[in-house]
Amino acid sequence: VSTTTDRGGSKGGAAQGPDDLLALAERVAAWATSGEEVEVYVARGDETEVRAYDGAVESLTSATSAGIGIRVIVDHKLGFAWAGSLDESVLGETLAEARDNARFATADEHVRFAVPDGVAAVPVDLWDEDLASVPTTDKVELALALEAQARRADSRIRQVDAADYGDASVEVALVSTSGIRASSRKTSGYISVGVIAGEGEASQTAGGFSVGRGFAGLDPDKATDDAVKRAVRLLGATKGPSGRSTVVFDRRVATTLLSVVSSALSGEAVAKGRSFFAGRLGEQVGDLVLTLVDDPTDPRAYGAAAYDAEGLACRRNVLIDQGVLRGYLYDTVAGSRAGTSSTGSAVRGGFAGTPGPGCRALTLAPGPEGYDEDGVLAAVGEGLFVQSMTGVHSGVSPISGDFSVGAEGLMIRDGKLAEPVREITVASTLQRMLQSLVAVGADVEWLPGIAAGQTLAVGDMQISGI
Amino acid sequence: VEEEAAVIDSPVLERVLAEALRHGGDFAEVFAEDRSTSSALLDDGRVEELSSGRERGAGIRVVSGETTGFAHTADLTEEGLLRAAEAASAVAKSGGGRTTTVAAGPTLTETTGPRGSERGSVLLGSKGDTLDLLRRADEAARASGDSISQVQAGCGASRRHVLIANSEGLLARDEQARTRFSVSCVAVGDTGLQTGFESAARTLGFELFDEVSVEELAQLAASRAISKLLARPAPSGELPVVLAGGSGGILFHEACGHGLEADHIVKDASVYTGMVGQQVASPLVTLVDDGTVGSEWGTFAVDDEGRPAQRNVLIDQGVLTDYLWDFLRARKEGRTSSGNGRRQTYQHLPMVRMTNTFLLPGEDDPDEIVAQTPRGVYVAKLGGGQVNTTTGDFVFGTTEAYLIEGGKITEPLRDANLIGNGPEILKRVDAVATDFAMTPGTCGKDGQSVPVGCGQATLRVTGVTIGGTAE
Repeated sequence: VSTTTDRGGSKGGAAQGPDDLLALAERVAAWATSGEEVEVYVARGDETEVRAYDGAVESLTSATSAGIGIRVIVDHKLGFAWAGSLDESVLGETLAEARDNARFATADEHVRFAVPDGVAAVPVDLWDEDLASVPTTDKVELALALEAQARRADSRIRQVDAADYGDASVEVALVSTSGIRASSRKTSGYISVGVIAGEGEASQTAGGFSVGRGFAGLDPDKATDDAVKRAVRLLGATKGPSGRSTVVFDRRVATTLLSVVSSALSGEAVAKGRSFFAGRLGEQVGDLVLTLVDDPTDPRAYGAAAYDAEGLACRRNVLIDQGVLRGYLYDTVAGSRAGTSSTGSAVRGGFAGTPGPGCRALTLAPGPEGYDEDGVLAAVGEGLFVQSMTGVHSGVSPISGDFSVGAEGLMIRDGKLAEPVREITVASTLQRMLQSLVAVGADVEWLPGIAAGQTLAVGDMQISGI
Repeated sequence: VEEEAAVIDSPVLERVLAEALRHGGDFAEVFAEDRSTSSALLDDGRVEELSSGRERGAGIRVVSGETTGFAHTADLTEEGLLRAAEAASAVAKSGGGRTTTVAAGPTLTETTGPRGSERGSVLLGSKGDTLDLLRRADEAARASGDSISQVQAGCGASRRHVLIANSEGLLARDEQARTRFSVSCVAVGDTGLQTGFESAARTLGFELFDEVSVEELAQLAASRAISKLLARPAPSGELPVVLAGGSGGILFHEACGHGLEADHIVKDASVYTGMVGQQVASPLVTLVDDGTVGSEWGTFAVDDEGRPAQRNVLIDQGVLTDYLWDFLRARKEGRTSSGNGRRQTYQHLPMVRMTNTFLLPGEDDPDEIVAQTPRGVYVAKLGGGQVNTTTGDFVFGTTEAYLIEGGKITEPLRDANLIGNGPEILKRVDAVATDFAMTPGTCGKDGQSVPVGCGQATLRVTGVTIGGTAE
């Protein structure tokens, strides 16, 4: 990979942050009439995506987008409207629509915007100055090189169905009549590759990726090695046997597991009786090895942020400590409803979404043994290693805790990975899984998403196969 | 302003297409969209949020050989469109493509789909009327049983005007109105919390509620949650499975629908590659994808490439007859698109997608199918699924299921995923009934979501692996 040192690209004055967005948000917030609270969220982004296939560019997308989301509170009633444009004519229309929507909501004393709470934001540098000046041709070259590398990595790779490069830069400003004034900006880059390994009639697939804050540092070797290793080791997989087993979850899979658990830690879900953690504060909800923390101030985290989606400082929140449930995540409204305050945990899905509590950077405290993946496998001895899961959206509920997913991976024999298996399911309940945590790896990897990846071992799960 | 996307003048479109091909390339397209959405949510007994959104813009693509350049813009003025055309043409300019044939600027001729002009005006519900429906659903759900502890009712409506023009002279427009109503309930009991969900969604405006009773939706959602409080863990292992008519269509969506999408086929990334003309399923299986059916959730007049929706028979009495095609993949094979080129918004490139995918009904009696199943699982409602098209392995999750013992539906089961392999499962369909029904769903692929319909009549699969916890 070549890195570029060509500075001074199109983003002049980028070091100052999205000042023009802040000014725009302030201007719209100032249109609030008396007796009305207004919160304005503005975002603007640039993105490039390149997909390489069979030695050529399959597609190249370049785009700029911008939009606004406005919340209005009148008499404790909330209304929201958004638009995918920052055109002057759109701003007024959007505010008017949010106002009109507020008329129809139920008055609720807990409905309010965040008020500055004195917690100072921890600065996190999420902006790669160099990204804006990387020529598109370099991005195209990287995608083509990734595709070519994956094709020749192993004689059993018979297809590379997608090799992608993508980057984005996003700037956000948030201003409210309740005193919030925050802005942030963030760049990100990724490469990902999907391969098909074949031997005889059988085919197996896997993907690999590398992520970063920009173009530099994206690692095609890592992406390729990961994809190829995972696809090739599944060749010859058969439907595994049914029975009770200890299951070791690969780091990537563990990220997904933690993300599901995090929905049950939302203070809103708890208050509305939609969490299996509701009413269990202070109770032992997991094994002693389970300590779960959300810390977006850790700059290594993919979801690191200085401010939450309501403009409060992000902070470190201990959710479960040595198996004891210690807290939930709150935004302003959920905090008020619970008789406490926001934990700085508001998240939202861009300008078209409204805030709600959620995690950004979950990690488990590594177990005392300091295991990596091999260490966990050796400690487990016999069991199933799950490389990928399917049907998480259709088979895992953060409300009931019921857990049933499709899986593929490898059997663990004598503490090592053995023969591959596919077309099996792994089932338990999330409650039981937390209590049956056998090992937490120290092999923390900050993967895309809201949780870190660490190898996890969970005892007493039901495997369904033959 | 409402119809802005539909009124870009033809001369402007022609100039933009010519600009898009100025540096070379052999195909260019403008896709303009003007979309308004509104949603209302009643949760925890309160109207928590009314939301309105508006998005309009255009996506322009330039195809040069095997390479596509794409750019999108929210600026629908001629200047904005020309800038996007220039950006999209960068691929052709840089020689990233394999061919550079310069096409002349097109002359556009409007085409309409079979339903193109028959659309009347769409009935819009007022905010007050919408909230009234939500309150009625909330009350009906709560009245269904004392164990109902939480109800969330939501109503979302969208109107989407699209205009597609391309360098082959195509000009097409469509107006798509969609309305969706959903209810989710939580029931609480000694065994903890359980959930129930039901929704109705059609390619209609507020007329949806002439056909759908929100009280019935709410009662169904509530009864699902309540019955699962007494549910036992689902079995673990392989058993015969009877799928009730409607949501069982998800099985075919996953087991073969995705695998028949030509983008997977042309990359040899589907287990169904090269199998046209072969017996891939039980003779009882005739599978159709049809974007023209009534007001189903996956219905439209023209697809997002301007091609009229059509009915495509994919599997005829077990024999694979064809795949699903969009413009690019069809062009590669020297044939025409099957009307399956869809995209989430103007900010996305189109790809091959299903519309309404369903199994034609058979001749069996649904009750008889259950009566002739000594032991198995009866799935009354599926929630969703996922497939790996290359291996054919897929999962689908139950949200209402029962044990079948001695030919009778007995105890309720907790939710679980079922897992199978597409080509194997399709051959195991041994009974299909007459009670056909459709179910709406949202299909996700490569980061894009589109509305789809699924359907089938009650049917039996002789063996599927059930991922429960009961040994």
